[in-house]
Amino acid sequence: MALGGGVFVLLVVITAMAAPVIAPHDPVRQSLRARLAAPTLSAADGKAHVLGTDHLGRDVLSRMIHGARVSLLVGFAAVVVGGIVGATLGLLAGFRGGWTDTMIMTLADAQLAFPFILLAIGIIAVLGPSFPTLIVVIGLSGWVTYARVLRSQVLVLRSREFVDAIHALGGSVARVIARHILPNVLSSLVVIATLELARAIVLEATLSFLGLGVQPPTPSWGGMVHEGREYLDSAWWISTAPGIVLMLTSIVVSRTGDWLRDLLDPTLRGE
Amino acid sequence: MRGLLPFLGSRLLRAAVALWLVSTVVFVVMRLSGDPVPLLLPPDAPRSEIFRVRAELGLDRPLPVQYVVFLGNVLRGDFGRSIHFRQPAFRVVLGYLPATFELGLTAFVLASLVALPIGVVSAVRRNSPVDQVTMGLALVGQSAPTFFIGILLILVVSLKLGLLPTSGREDWRNLVLPALTLGAFAMASIARLTRSAVLEVLRADYIRTARAKGLSEALVVTKHTLKNAAVPIVTITGLQFGTLLGGAVVTETVFAWPGIGRLAIQSIYNRDYPVVQCTVFLSAVLFIVINFCIDLVYGLLDPRVRSS
Repeated sequence: MALGGGVFVLLVVITAMAAPVIAPHDPVRQSLRARLAAPTLSAADGKAHVLGTDHLGRDVLSRMIHGARVSLLVGFAAVVVGGIVGATLGLLAGFRGGWTDTMIMTLADAQLAFPFILLAIGIIAVLGPSFPTLIVVIGLSGWVTYARVLRSQVLVLRSREFVDAIHALGGSVARVIARHILPNVLSSLVVIATLELARAIVLEATLSFLGLGVQPPTPSWGGMVHEGREYLDSAWWISTAPGIVLMLTSIVVSRTGDWLRDLLDPTLRGE
Repeated sequence: MRGLLPFLGSRLLRAAVALWLVSTVVFVVMRLSGDPVPLLLPPDAPRSEIFRVRAELGLDRPLPVQYVVFLGNVLRGDFGRSIHFRQPAFRVVLGYLPATFELGLTAFVLASLVALPIGVVSAVRRNSPVDQVTMGLALVGQSAPTFFIGILLILVVSLKLGLLPTSGREDWRNLVLPALTLGAFAMASIARLTRSAVLEVLRADYIRTARAKGLSEALVVTKHTLKNAAVPIVTITGLQFGTLLGGAVVTETVFAWPGIGRLAIQSIYNRDYPVVQCTVFLSAVLFIVINFCIDLVYGLLDPRVRSS
């Protein structure tokens, strides 16, 4: 299971990186004569539309391959943004304590107290959809877990004698963070980041499906499912192909996260 | 009832902070969006007219003053007038609320009715084929994107099998697919968590005692296990109700269900910001109120939570 998952994720990553080389057709090139062509293995020029074409005659397989880039780019970038914000706030809350701690943790509770997708919709509606907005909004939707883990680790270590000793010897806070806190939370961070990646990919696809994410003609999995909606009856492949890949990616990545958690950090299991 | 008041207080404070935060974000985002006045007026309106409307809306006053006025308006349910519907945004959103409630409630009841028995059976028949198949499906249900579940149901059930309509809101048949789609995530979560709650109780010493007394397995499960597993299950199930609200946006869009989720998306396309803000705010209020009520019930049922 773990091996299969790893191979699948690797396959998606390679596909995304090598998209221009692998894709049999130009993902945005339209062809009125080839509109809504069904999946086929035969073609006059040897370049078949294996997964058919969409309503503008674009090759579905090529768009799906390029769509992997969008999903992974936004997904990884959002995880990095969320991780940096969450880690910084978590460390700040832990070390500063007092007011800073109370404020940051209240903010975290408040954010968890209502569905973030609504806020994301409001923000994107006003700022307009773009890659940076998308990455920041999706990233910020996931900072809380990182912050909690780092904060609790700081609280555990802060009062320990060896930390006092480091301070007494003139060691900086940065040294405590780099040498003692990060190594302790690294495995938790890896688990959280994996689970967050699955969530970010689905959130990006959902926003793109709603027309608030990646804008056409750039291909994205969620956007493709949206485009194919009108043609479900006559050309089911437009929506189904990217949807199935999205679903598989989400399931495999989150299962990998579960597996990593059981392997690296059984204490997280209850959450 | 010792400890209930402080518990209540802390939960109330948290709910209030969340509400204040939501309204502040709404305000900031609104200001980031730039001047709304040109949207309200015809494109060839004279400058004097623009200044008049700006003063009328209070946009010429300092930001802190605007913020206080905004908070006051929010408290009175005044979100401005809808540009598209030409009536107060609050009234527009209220008109779309019943459809969302109907869908959310149906999805919730459906999810609970399916998931609770499955969770109990999976726990009692642990590692049986039934357990493995249902828990496998639950994993898929938890990680599959809601919008794609909806698309698949439309494709298979409506278009290929011709059993149910694809969209709209007429009779009960229109409700089945959206409720299944919206409830899928909740169903999967409730089934998995019910299973683990029941398993937890089955491992307890008093269950071993009950079995040792020679009680029948049926009696052990119904009388001794379910009663004790009920508290966590009720909470988990309740919490799922709140998360349904977020999924409503997607589900309503997929099935053209005339609720506030679809209204929000359409208002974004119409650039009808007062309605968008009102929807976001009202949904947040609903979500926070529902979670607050669940917290209360939980605190009443299980005194241990109050101290944590």
